Amino acid sequence: MAVTAPARPRRGGRGPRALLLSTAGLLVALVFLAPYLIMVIGSFKPRPEILAVPPGYLPRQWRPDNYVTLWSTPETPLPLNLISTVVISVCATLLVLAVATPAAYYTARHRFPGRLVFLLLVLATQMLQPTVLAAGLFREFVVLGINDTWLAMILVNAAFNLSFAVWIMHSFFAAVPREIDEAAMLDGASRLQTLRRVTLPLVWPGIVTAVIFTFVACWNEFAASLVILTTDANQPLSVALTKFAGQYDSAWQYVFAISVVAIAPVVLLFALIERRLVAGLTAGSVK
Amino acid sequence: MSRADPAPTRSAPTRSARARWARTAAAGPWLVGVLVLIAGVVLFPAGYMLWNSLRDISEFGVDRGPAGLENYQRLAELAALPRVLLNTAVWVVGVVVITVLVSLALAQFLDKAFPGRRLVRMAVIVPWAASVVMTATVFYYGLDPFYGIMNHALVDIGLLDAPYGFTKNTVPAFAVAMGIAVFVSLPFTTYTLLAGLQTIPGEVLEAAQLDGAGRIATYRRVVLPMLRPAIAVATIINIINVFNSLPILRTITGSIPGYSADTTTTLTFKLIQADRQVDTASALSVVNFVLVLAIIVVYVRVARPMREH
Repeated sequence: MAVTAPARPRRGGRGPRALLLSTAGLLVALVFLAPYLIMVIGSFKPRPEILAVPPGYLPRQWRPDNYVTLWSTPETPLPLNLISTVVISVCATLLVLAVATPAAYYTARHRFPGRLVFLLLVLATQMLQPTVLAAGLFREFVVLGINDTWLAMILVNAAFNLSFAVWIMHSFFAAVPREIDEAAMLDGASRLQTLRRVTLPLVWPGIVTAVIFTFVACWNEFAASLVILTTDANQPLSVALTKFAGQYDSAWQYVFAISVVAIAPVVLLFALIERRLVAGLTAGSVK
Repeated sequence: MSRADPAPTRSAPTRSARARWARTAAAGPWLVGVLVLIAGVVLFPAGYMLWNSLRDISEFGVDRGPAGLENYQRLAELAALPRVLLNTAVWVVGVVVITVLVSLALAQFLDKAFPGRRLVRMAVIVPWAASVVMTATVFYYGLDPFYGIMNHALVDIGLLDAPYGFTKNTVPAFAVAMGIAVFVSLPFTTYTLLAGLQTIPGEVLEAAQLDGAGRIATYRRVVLPMLRPAIAVATIINIINVFNSLPILRTITGSIPGYSADTTTTLTFKLIQADRQVDTASALSVVNFVLVLAIIVVYVRVARPMREH
């Protein structure tokens, strides 16, 4: 699987060809970073400058205090939106971890009738997104009386991110040789002790990948939150941001400051698991 | 892996059936959490949505009884429907094809060794990690004909004579939205293809070149066939993501009145939110759901993800 694909030996690391490639690489990086550079720069502009015609590339007057006044903007209760985002993402991630780890472990270690059906079911949910079920979810939560609550969004986020977590952890558990488990059991360790002291440390990278990927996906969730969370204070940052758009004198400097606050941490987290992302997403079908 | 399992005895079918059940039951406690979540938050709402699509539901959410196929009929009679279906096809096919083609080139490039490659790869994942609404919003601002900095930059580098209202009319706004959808789909696709490229042994490429194959021939005859599974998976996952995409069109074409720039997904959300027609929205969602299921069936057939390692 891709997780363990050996690095190709490096060739042609110097010379004019390398210089050409590096220059092209710089251009590629710039294209991918450009919108986010505009965000960062825009978040430091004073209000008149961000709506100036024609616009300036850099602020004439840098306004770092945008990041302070941001929290009391009238469009949306931003501190509460941040709390909502954090609570929903953290709880959903913990829930995914709690239910996906045992399932991944057991399906990797044991064969039983129904195993394939279970794994296919999990795989099928990766192909479904809350968007296509939003109408049903909305009605279900109204009936259950939990519409417009954190709980509803924790459940939605957890259910639709299970698949990635189960699959990546499954592949890591499957890569641990059974002999290691058996040796620990022979030494008198119970099954739970073996899992905790022997197996878990070996599959740690898989767990970290699952946690980060789930957390980032929950953090960015938009479509279901838009329909299910109707109270301003309950909405995550992704939905709160839309309160600014469409107004004639949009406070773009705040839109961008919110975006920077929301994007910077998850980009850093994603960079940590960069090498293992593909393995989990493609569920073992890319070799 | 089945070494530890007791071998089924052919002479005692009832005992072996009971043993099979016991093995499934033993797995229960380990799987129950996942099963409950999938049943409650995926399967139940899917069924409930199907039920709602056959009911008459008021705009305040009151179920006023059975509606037969009226909701589907209302949907079929929607004047904008042909346009919305055309938009959906253009949206999904256009975005996915362009994404895969650009990603093939990008993956090939990022597979080469050069100083700074790691940093370039890091830059490429940023749109993947970032919230799609936020990415779409900065494009919406940047392409504003008056204060938009991207518009301004296009004029400064000579690609435009004057700022252009990209987001003001249906067709250019839809095209811009497609461009943004490609932009945010590139990281995942490129990484998937890159993982595929890294499984091709260097010796295979060298052998092809020794046999006198040129670069293009090597790529077409050796690299592309070996990339086939990676391309299949990336394509299917992209089709699902792009089909379900709401934030980009909502941000870029949301202020354009009517349904001329909608896909079936964005239309569903307009029906739920603006028109408060949950019953019609449910009917449309069921149609979307069936389309997605059809794509999944193709996925399982083509990519055969269940192949054991």
